[in-house]
Amino acid sequence: MVIYPAVELVRASLGRYSITGLHQGAVGLRNYARLVGQEALPAVAGNTVVWVAAVVALTIALSLGLAQLLNESFPGRRLVRWALIVPWAASLIMTSKLFVWLYDYYFGLLNRVTAAAGLAPLDWLGDDRTVMGAMIAVGVFVSLPFTTYVLLAGLQTIPGEVYEAARVDGAAGWRSYRLITLPLLRPALLVAAVLNLIYVFNSFPIVWTLNDRNPGFAHDTMITFMYKIAFKSALRDVGLAAALGVVNVLLILVAVIAYLRVARWREEPV
Amino acid sequence: MAGGAGLIRRLALSAAGGLLAAALLAPYAVMLLTALKPEAELRVSPPRLLPIEWRPQNFWTVLRDPEFQSWLTVSLVVALVSTVLVLVAAVPAAYHTARHRFPGRAAFLFLVLVTQMFAPTALVVGLYREFFELGLINTYTALIAVNAAFNLAFAIWILRAFFASIPREIEEAAAVDGCGTAGTLFRIILPVAAPGIVTAAIFAFIAAWNEYIVALTLMTDTSMRPLTVGITSYVTAYVQHWDLLFAASTIAIVPVVILFALIEPYLVGGLTAGSVK
Repeated sequence: MVIYPAVELVRASLGRYSITGLHQGAVGLRNYARLVGQEALPAVAGNTVVWVAAVVALTIALSLGLAQLLNESFPGRRLVRWALIVPWAASLIMTSKLFVWLYDYYFGLLNRVTAAAGLAPLDWLGDDRTVMGAMIAVGVFVSLPFTTYVLLAGLQTIPGEVYEAARVDGAAGWRSYRLITLPLLRPALLVAAVLNLIYVFNSFPIVWTLNDRNPGFAHDTMITFMYKIAFKSALRDVGLAAALGVVNVLLILVAVIAYLRVARWREEPV
Repeated sequence: MAGGAGLIRRLALSAAGGLLAAALLAPYAVMLLTALKPEAELRVSPPRLLPIEWRPQNFWTVLRDPEFQSWLTVSLVVALVSTVLVLVAAVPAAYHTARHRFPGRAAFLFLVLVTQMFAPTALVVGLYREFFELGLINTYTALIAVNAAFNLAFAIWILRAFFASIPREIEEAAAVDGCGTAGTLFRIILPVAAPGIVTAAIFAFIAAWNEYIVALTLMTDTSMRPLTVGITSYVTAYVQHWDLLFAASTIAIVPVVILFALIEPYLVGGLTAGSVK
């Protein structure tokens, strides 16, 4: 299911295609050489690093707090948990479109809010200084529910006795959290981080929708860049796009391996 | 923690929870209010939050639309069946890799993860060819198979983390009490890992529910499209019913929230509390 299209992708990356999509024979690795020569590539790669790092780091940090909150018992907790599912349940494309409306210079509610606070209106999605931040905010917003639930489920499997034992030994509050909760949460934290890394890297609708009216590739990530090469830009080059697709997978692979190394992923002793 | 301090703490937590819920729901409240406006009101300046003329009929128009009904059916069937398939395949795989060492275990887990790294956007061309050869374009089978395959890896990784965190002593105790492997799995491990299984189920369901690009490519027949693809036909180059699009999007959230409300109680832990003495 995944392997056949993946093989097709690699095969396409080695071929040359006309602008109508006809295969015109193999060109070996020339697509990859041309890819390196793309002017926009350094900027796009930089955007991708900022996008992935910012969204994953902010999401994990916020989710740790949210999971802790939702793990406490308080009146109305069920309703808050239901509310948390909504940004995840809503289709990404619709959420992205919704934020385009909210960010809009003339009709958007966000500028009404900032105006009430005495600030000048901003063209959030048109201004080079704000567009990346605006996209990251949406990225974090939609990644929070999944991450929080993984961490929450992780918190739930920590036996209560562990905390009791810690209390007996005199650890409480922040110390108990740092020394007991975080280490025991590690499997869940690791999964959340790795899956988010992949998910955010491959995220298409947010960057695509919010960045829609900006020309060129100045705010694209690798994924939207690939799509633009294949279908939208003057290039219309399936072979080049496929080469980028292969490079993307290798990049994620390297990033995940690097992360697992840093996080010292090892098999739990059996 | 008797008395006033506990009460104040609970109230503070409630307040924090309320603020959080409000922040999460605010954009969707805008969506709902927009769905209640007549089309002409969507582009007034300065923007208004509340409709001038309330138009709940938008929701009836969408719900009575036979096309909308068929999209909803497709989405429900595909998401439910693929979620069940994912769980049936992922639970044994995750349990096995969490509990047994076998040659190539790390490689297997990593390979599973690699299948996730391909962007669906990059795979659709190959997928179309594959299903065209098999004669499965416009079938439930195709969409269910793709969704199950895409979400299997995530589910295995999530579940594995939970199985691995269950203390081994619980199983040993079960074995001493005369439980076989299957008995241990069904009567001990699955209940204890319930929060993880619920998380995986929600994940698989929502991923299938919101999948867009594969459905767009494989389901060329309008009546066989799921909601995500179907509702975009409310706004095309020829017709622009933004009000209906927002109404349909709001309705599309409801089944997921209902499903979640049904299985949320299993997220509540306490199952492991007291299981190891």
